[in-house]
Amino acid sequence: MTADDALIRLDDVTKVYRMGDVDVHALRGVTLRIEQGEIIAIMGSSGSGKSTLMNVIGCLDRPTTGRYLLAGQDISTLHRSELAEIRNRQLGFVFQHFHLLARTSAIENVELPLLYAGVPTRERRRRASEALFRVGLGDRLDHHPNQMSGGQQQRVAIARALVGNPKVILADEPTGALDSRTGVEIMALFQELWRSGITVVLVTHEPDIAAHAARVLVMKDGSVRSDEKQTPRLAEHEPATESTP
Amino acid sequence: MNTLQTLRIATRALMRNKLRSFLTTLGIVIGVSAVIAMVAIGEGAKAQVEASFASMGANLLIVLPGTTTSGGAHGGFGSMPTLTWDDLKAIQSEASGVRYAAAALRATAQVLSDDQNWTTSVTGTIPEYFDIRAWSVAHGALFSVSDVEGGSKVAVLGQTVVDKLYGPSADPVGQSLRIKNVPFQIIGVLAKKGQSPMGQDYDDAVFVPQTTFQAKIQGGLSKFLSGAVFVGATSSSNTARAEKQVIAILRDRHHIMPGIDDDFSVRNLTEMASAQEAGTKTLTTLLAAIAAVSLLVGGIGIMNIMLVSVTERTREIGLRMAVGAKPGNILSQFLIEALTLSVGGGVIGVALGVFAAERLASSFGWPLLVQPNVIFLVVGVSASVGVVFGLYPARKAAQLDPIDALRYE
Repeated sequence: MTADDALIRLDDVTKVYRMGDVDVHALRGVTLRIEQGEIIAIMGSSGSGKSTLMNVIGCLDRPTTGRYLLAGQDISTLHRSELAEIRNRQLGFVFQHFHLLARTSAIENVELPLLYAGVPTRERRRRASEALFRVGLGDRLDHHPNQMSGGQQQRVAIARALVGNPKVILADEPTGALDSRTGVEIMALFQELWRSGITVVLVTHEPDIAAHAARVLVMKDGSVRSDEKQTPRLAEHEPATESTP
Repeated sequence: MNTLQTLRIATRALMRNKLRSFLTTLGIVIGVSAVIAMVAIGEGAKAQVEASFASMGANLLIVLPGTTTSGGAHGGFGSMPTLTWDDLKAIQSEASGVRYAAAALRATAQVLSDDQNWTTSVTGTIPEYFDIRAWSVAHGALFSVSDVEGGSKVAVLGQTVVDKLYGPSADPVGQSLRIKNVPFQIIGVLAKKGQSPMGQDYDDAVFVPQTTFQAKIQGGLSKFLSGAVFVGATSSSNTARAEKQVIAILRDRHHIMPGIDDDFSVRNLTEMASAQEAGTKTLTTLLAAIAAVSLLVGGIGIMNIMLVSVTERTREIGLRMAVGAKPGNILSQFLIEALTLSVGGGVIGVALGVFAAERLASSFGWPLLVQPNVIFLVVGVSASVGVVFGLYPARKAAQLDPIDALRYE
């Protein structure tokens, strides 16, 4: 596999924020390739630039200089609306605090990306319920977030990330708001997605979580300090048996 | 993402804060219902004025004889008979803008039925008088030209006189009554006309042929007319021309030099009516303008609450952007929310306004006039209030940075 086939390719990417009179160099020349079908953990302490890197990879932010190719497409120059379309069609996001819409059923939360993709109602329903079945919540389609445990809410969020058939799922501290047992279950789910061919990018500061990835990238002061392959620790997989508190 | 889906999202968001949405809408509801009610009241008042002028007669000019001045005291119009029968003939034959001209000789007299009496105004005139005033009979008939030529002792009664002498539901046609002790046969009763713009009861009157009046009530023939001349112009646009012609003829016949005041006066009812109408129109505009201010205040209320809503839902906006909402999607979502508030308020306001106008109209005894174009206009205005005041918050939402929005606490 050559470098040019890489799903995610960053060439000397920098990101400079201006805070008052001070320039903050969040990324100082990051060059990175992530191939299709990898599971990678991006680690680092707060202020290391890992969140900024994630935002750039997630097309939420554009690099100040350098080039970012996602599936061969240069996204450094795209407009806000075009970035929204790329996020909609190629990426799926999972956040630490789930970010589900309150007072909205699980299935409607999962349907959200398809709504913006213009998928017709019937197909939207079908695909959303499939995604919920896939994360083990097939019996909770009409539950609202406040009727679900944290683990279940994060599964809904993963279903929402999955529903648009993205190439990459980006997870920002996906287990940060969960207890360790539930966290392992969520990691099992990510490993399952990875095995089905989806590229998974995790941002975490917990080595225990990073241990589940096949590659660990450590950020420090806006640069990549280390980038190593490893054998992922297998998480126990029991998604459908989780009990409701 | 089509408009219908956006509308669904918007209504769901609004239903989440029912009380807040209701209170926000209330500003528009009050503004719209006030505009509808105020315009309806104005239109009702205008119709009332129009109706009362219409009951005076169509395209009407009233020529009154002149004033006397003795020792500096002005006697007022009609205090000296200056109009002659020849003046009337000249107006009838020489003024091209005049269709009819009829003398109305007037006296106050006691009228007697078999067992009741009533003092009322007795008018001696010719059949054309009823055409000029656009009055018609309810029962029986009007007197004819031959009645006037033959000096028949026949009378046409107004409804008030019938009420007083015979009772409200009686039909006295064919019976006789005495005016100044002279027996007359009742041949007709006029349709009810109500009050003049000055509050005079048009139905409290008895009409007899002009010749009979001169012979039996006035007592003797005279060169001068003891009353007024009613002139009907050929059309409403001709009233001003007819007025000028009548003035010119009378000044010429009375040998009035330029610069000297007329010894008669001409009242143009059409002009008076349009002046009155202009007055009510100004009132309507004023009331509607005041009501429109409350509509503006309602719009500011919407903007205020939409700004709060955008701030509250910053994280939601961030998430929607992360999963693929374009700035345009966010803009239309919040714009449609504002529009739903304002148009919803507009529709409720129309219903409330029509109801209020109905109640007010019935308590004033005015006709209810809510015109459909006013309703469309007001709903249109409330919709544009939604767009104008919703645009700023919606733009603010659409321009949020997704990263900041997702992190917003």
